[in-house]
Amino acid sequence: MSKATRLTRRAVIVGSLAVTGGLAVGIYALNRDWPNPLEEDLPEGAVSFNPWILISEAGITLMAPHTDLGQGIRHLQAALIAEELDVDLDQPEVTVAPGPAAPAYANRALAAEGLPFMSQDQGTVATIARGASARLMGALGLQGTGGSSSTPDSYVKLREAGAMAREMLKAAAAYRENLAMADLRTERGAVILPDGRALPYAELAQTAARELPPREIPLRDPTQWRLLGRPMQRLDILAKSTGTLDYGIDLTQDGMVHATVKLNPRPGGDLLSHDDSAALAVPGVSRVLPVSNGLAVVADSTWTAFNGAEALVCDWGPAPFLPEQADHWAALATALEGPPEKVWRDIGAQPDRPGVSPREYRAPYLAHAPLEPLSALIHVTEARCDIWVSSQFPGLAEQKVAAITGLPREAVHLHNQYSGGSFGHRLEFENIIRAAEIGTALRGTPVKLTYTREEDMAHDFPRQIAMARASGQVADGQVTALDLAIAAPSVTASQMGRIGFASAGADSQTVAGAWSMPYALPALRVAGHAVADLAPVSSWRSVGASTAGFFAESALDELIHEAGADPLAERLRLCDYAPARACLEAVGDMSDWGSPLPEGAGRGVAMVLSFGTPVAEVVEVHQTDAGLRIAKVWVAADVGRVLDPVNFENLVQGGVIWGLGHAVNCEVTYADGIAEPTNYYAHAGLRMPQAPEIFVRGLETGAEVRGIGEPPVPPAAPALANAIFAATGQRLREMPFANFIDFA
Amino acid sequence: MKIGFTVNGTPQEVDVAADMPLLWVLRDVLGLTGTKYGCGAALCGACTVHMDGEAVRSCQVWAEDVAGREVLTIEGLGRPEALHAVQEAWVEQQVAQCGYCQSGQIMQAAALLAKTPAPSDAQIDAAMEGNLCRCGTYPRIRAAIHAAAAKLEG
Repeated sequence: MSKATRLTRRAVIVGSLAVTGGLAVGIYALNRDWPNPLEEDLPEGAVSFNPWILISEAGITLMAPHTDLGQGIRHLQAALIAEELDVDLDQPEVTVAPGPAAPAYANRALAAEGLPFMSQDQGTVATIARGASARLMGALGLQGTGGSSSTPDSYVKLREAGAMAREMLKAAAAYRENLAMADLRTERGAVILPDGRALPYAELAQTAARELPPREIPLRDPTQWRLLGRPMQRLDILAKSTGTLDYGIDLTQDGMVHATVKLNPRPGGDLLSHDDSAALAVPGVSRVLPVSNGLAVVADSTWTAFNGAEALVCDWGPAPFLPEQADHWAALATALEGPPEKVWRDIGAQPDRPGVSPREYRAPYLAHAPLEPLSALIHVTEARCDIWVSSQFPGLAEQKVAAITGLPREAVHLHNQYSGGSFGHRLEFENIIRAAEIGTALRGTPVKLTYTREEDMAHDFPRQIAMARASGQVADGQVTALDLAIAAPSVTASQMGRIGFASAGADSQTVAGAWSMPYALPALRVAGHAVADLAPVSSWRSVGASTAGFFAESALDELIHEAGADPLAERLRLCDYAPARACLEAVGDMSDWGSPLPEGAGRGVAMVLSFGTPVAEVVEVHQTDAGLRIAKVWVAADVGRVLDPVNFENLVQGGVIWGLGHAVNCEVTYADGIAEPTNYYAHAGLRMPQAPEIFVRGLETGAEVRGIGEPPVPPAAPALANAIFAATGQRLREMPFANFIDFA
Repeated sequence: MKIGFTVNGTPQEVDVAADMPLLWVLRDVLGLTGTKYGCGAALCGACTVHMDGEAVRSCQVWAEDVAGREVLTIEGLGRPEALHAVQEAWVEQQVAQCGYCQSGQIMQAAALLAKTPAPSDAQIDAAMEGNLCRCGTYPRIRAAIHAAAAKLEG
């Protein structure tokens, strides 16, 4: 096996979902790898130029296969196609659909961040490995949304899809009108002839389909863009402002029944015995069925099903992992005492005796808890299964449904829905598996499964718990050494195991956001320590960087203070990656760093490079009589190119609030193997009165186009901790901070 | 039991258990799914509707207590082709990310503005505290409420 092959195999396993950086996909034949799924079920008279474009008399349909979780990616995919196809998204004949689940929609950018190369490493070996990883992801046909990879995956591919169809449509018009291609232009879904006549694409499509696809597709220079880079109204914004967007939980079918589940509250534990007589006595409850790890209640309304579930009496088996929280922390501490699984970075010589003694940092388990509880509408018949649900892995979900229903994979059709939040929750299959089990038992009858909030939170595979120890050295007002050891359960192994993929090697997520820190310290060591047998965990918005980024930027800040240096100036002195420097400089400028603050106020700064996107944040806090108030946040992020500026600002602000809110008041703890928070009385994050003013600047100095869904999250917690230290002198090394200080 | 009440100006009669929450009467019986289920415990505000002009959590209102009342849901506040000023502001500010909480946010904001036409930030904080947004759209919600207030004034 060649070295490159080994690397890419590793990428599939290690990098699989969690993450990615941007990739130069380059020009490739759009139809080469996998069949165009739109050809399989082509409506009469319709033409599909490639897997993203369908044109018929009825109109133009653009496929946006990356799952929209609220990040606005359905709109952005459509805009990327429309930019080159020369259609406008407000044209009544243009519709945008998620399309079927299909390997043609493989996410080629999904695995890059799992490779053992820092994202700022543009060297030959790293570049070759990324290219190989992209090809392999394409060959695997894994359709997935995650790791802030949707934009890097789509940026070239979807513009090429649009340009390819446009050129074929122009060629058809040139043929029909006996004109030169160069004399034609395109606009609003039509080819415009020199005399001003407009030939709608729908009229040309049949002829165009017989044209050869262009061999080379030069993409327009961004200076020529009509849509991208400018404020656009998101496709879903009107529906989401009027209650008219149907989420999966809102859908119905004729003859549908309702269901909910009651599962062992110890995730993965068994049902030992049960008594369903009281549940069946609830008026409207029709059946109680076994499902994995528990029972389902079928009823005539959601509420009736909830009441039936409440009336079930169950004897649950033990948790298949350490049941008590204290033992989880002890396991992490033990792991840090042992040898590392992998030393990810080791530059220079660590001092024999560190001048700054080891400090310990902790980050708890966290739930995703999106506001739309898990649900799925399913209809299983003898020959076919339709399931309406939001899934970040629609193809894998279809495989799971096929196995449960006993139907061939081709007979399972997942209709991917806009999701009411996810943050990684819908990378899992819990609701889909139970829906398939219930739907199979009720074959012939459509059934909508709705989880209660409590069931959702009890079975929310949380963010990895993590612990770190850091020591270092300072000299002459500078930081000279940092030694950071991080212990965490492998989120990749846990998550991939449930998908059915093997896992191998050290998990880069344990140290993500830390090992690749772009600081030229004379001595820098970052090690990951593996921990087994803790609670099952899953990717949570920004994954490993949400914990390791907190450790790295907190530990560095402590050393900077130890050295007596300025937190921003010392970071700038150390930073050796230009886009990250630009972000630090920008937030210094935006926040007027160093200007006087009122008594009791403080500013903190942090910068984390995750998913290839550097993000710097300055947080300003004020001590008030009611407690500490997070007053303002300044953020600079470099994504290479800001494609959707309004949505960019919204996502950055939301990512900051996500990062701050969970750092302040969220944690999942286990008692007797049961997650303790069960609803939003805890684990709510920030609410309106706590939300700071957030000022955002998007930078475009980076060479690659990157994602923005996750990278604003990791710097928020350390920037807040660093601000709290500046304001109060109290150093918080453990989240959530509200366990230690009062917030207003 | 049979319960008669008005929803979005239209008289309705439903035959449901007396203690069925209004949320589920709206969603499962009347098919008005713009009102969302988020927590079932008045902790998130996603199910907010107006009852006789007051913002209430429909997951906490029993069907029998709705008898004879006027209920307004997001579907009745405005329509895509005839937006309420608050919805207009929500569209212009592009508030929504996942959007799941926004029906409740909009209904809560509309109730606030009906009583307090030009709310201060502190009044907005107090009125909106019970409406959770996991995506973190609070800065845009605040801006949209101020913008809607200006529209309603103008």
